[in-house]
Amino acid sequence: MSLRNSVARATGSAAAGLSRLTGRGSGTTVGGRVTLMLDPLALRRAAAGRDIALVSGTNGKTTTRTLLVAALETRGRVASNGGGANLPTGLTAALTGDRTSPRAVLEVDEPYLPQIIDTTRPRAVVLLNLSRDQLDRYAEVSRIATIWRKALADVPVAVGNADDPLVVWAASGAHETVWVAAGQRWTDDSTACPSCGSVLVRTTSSKDVHWHCPSCGLSRPTPQWMVEGRTVTAPDGTSYDVQLSLPGEVNIGNAALAAAAAMTWGVTPAAAFEAMAAIPSVEGRYLETTIGGRPVRLLLAKNPAGWVEALEMTRPGLPVVVAVNARAQDGRDPSWLWDVPFEVLQGREAVATGERSRDVAVRLRYAGVEHVRIDDLSDAVRAASPGPVEVLANYTAFQGYRRVVRDG
Amino acid sequence: MADALQIALVFPSLLGTYGDGGNASVLAQRLRWRDIDAEVIDIAVDEPLPEQADIYVLGGGEDTAQTLAVSRLSGLASVVQRGAPVFAVCAGFQILGETFLDARGATHPGLGLIDCHTNRLAGSRAVGELLGLPVVDGLDAPLTGYENHGGHTVLGPDAAPLAKVEAGVGNGEGVDGAVQGSVVATYLHGPALARNPALADWILAKVAGPLAPLDDTEEEELRRERFAALRRGRFRKQWRPPARDS
Ligand SMILES: [Zn+2]
Repeated sequence: MSLRNSVARATGSAAAGLSRLTGRGSGTTVGGRVTLMLDPLALRRAAAGRDIALVSGTNGKTTTRTLLVAALETRGRVASNGGGANLPTGLTAALTGDRTSPRAVLEVDEPYLPQIIDTTRPRAVVLLNLSRDQLDRYAEVSRIATIWRKALADVPVAVGNADDPLVVWAASGAHETVWVAAGQRWTDDSTACPSCGSVLVRTTSSKDVHWHCPSCGLSRPTPQWMVEGRTVTAPDGTSYDVQLSLPGEVNIGNAALAAAAAMTWGVTPAAAFEAMAAIPSVEGRYLETTIGGRPVRLLLAKNPAGWVEALEMTRPGLPVVVAVNARAQDGRDPSWLWDVPFEVLQGREAVATGERSRDVAVRLRYAGVEHVRIDDLSDAVRAASPGPVEVLANYTAFQGYRRVVRDG
Repeated sequence: MADALQIALVFPSLLGTYGDGGNASVLAQRLRWRDIDAEVIDIAVDEPLPEQADIYVLGGGEDTAQTLAVSRLSGLASVVQRGAPVFAVCAGFQILGETFLDARGATHPGLGLIDCHTNRLAGSRAVGELLGLPVVDGLDAPLTGYENHGGHTVLGPDAAPLAKVEAGVGNGEGVDGAVQGSVVATYLHGPALARNPALADWILAKVAGPLAPLDDTEEEELRRERFAALRRGRFRKQWRPPARDS
């Protein structure tokens, strides 16, 4: 190791320690940033010689990474990046903080995927989905698909969601592709063919979503991995009843993608699903806890597609707290609230909260959902009728609830 | 429901990037709350544009979606000719003009229903809160919303602006939007009509006549909060029109 590299890492660790002391986050991102500034090659060096899988996509990165780590840990230690630190700095911190694990599973923020593929030379890349997310900060969805497509041509194995046309178009250039029928509830960002711009034709049956482009012929590839309810069928035809502790059909799809990636490392689906079943929550997501003496379950949703999934996960009849902020990490513009079908909450009790609770209240009013608006996150939970409460929050509002849980 | 007022939401899967479909919901709900039957019709991209809807709503969309939408919207000309209100936001505004820029940055002919041309804004995209003072008859309440676009729209003599810009960019000429005949267009989303119930009612009155007032307490609270946020200057410096004479 060069002197420059080791100095860079030592300084990075010191900065991470300082960041933790001053209470500005978990420290991982600041540490990585200093390391990268001092040595731009730090990430390349830390990744060299390791067997790496990357996970990217608009929704499900953290959960799928966690599921894949669990599956691969049946074979030994795995380095990974937690705490939402999925930018180059966070990846650098994760890999320089664990120099010995021979394998790494890294979740990557979508726009950075090409750069990280170039830097870390992954063996496999898992591609979940692409939909609108914080459009005031990031490039349009189709532009991300375009830069992905270029970068994925250099990847040995792409494990992709066959139900998302943007993912299929982006991933089909990889040397080897493994397609998983992981599902797509949100189709509004893939109306037009990513290849030629014509209108895609979708035919949905109870079993499958087929799609194709009548102009250029881009079409849903035949998936090697099928998902039907809780049943996942592997390429050899064996079906597995996947029992996750995590809720939601979407997570069965994520588990199938993770199992498909794990199999490229020789982990059997049975072993992979068994390891995944034990995960109760993912960095606070799906966590069952209490707030103000009330039993709550915390669900994170960061964009319309995520909200559709989270609303589907709520247990019928329970009061729902909708907590929304619009800080930089959330996107400053909460107009996506109007893309979310809050009408499904009609007849249920709802509480609007978070820094943009007034936007939520107006949205619920037009959705015909009875609601109250409460500024404070804890008070919002207490405002609901006695009994368990479902809390749905976007990114920084969710972090707010995690602090409430931690600090009591 | 045969005589329900029909609000056509045009190609929501193409034009609706910023929750703009909410504008159609707001129009319909504000009629229903006044005991006027109303329905929103989602027009899919492979469907023909209905000829006889009462109001047409277009939202924003990505560059590729814009050209696709234009190719399927020739029917909008007869809608405008018979005087049915068309409310268009952001990219929906741009495609109604004479020309706009396509995904490659080339000038693309629009539908020619608004006398305007859209080019690229100099510098970075216009992203942030937009505040305008209406300059059209019968509309007084300040217009609030969020904008996110790279378009610089220059109005010709046949189009009048919707509002004078107090904060934000709008068309990039010190004004926002356009009004021409029955067409009303703006760069405001948020969606615009949820944050501006007076604008919603101003459009509705064109088809439903004089309207009874509604209890808009929650909308007013949201508007006050947004105005206060602008005053705190939390979002960005206020836009200043470029000095023309010097
Ligand atoms: Zn095509």
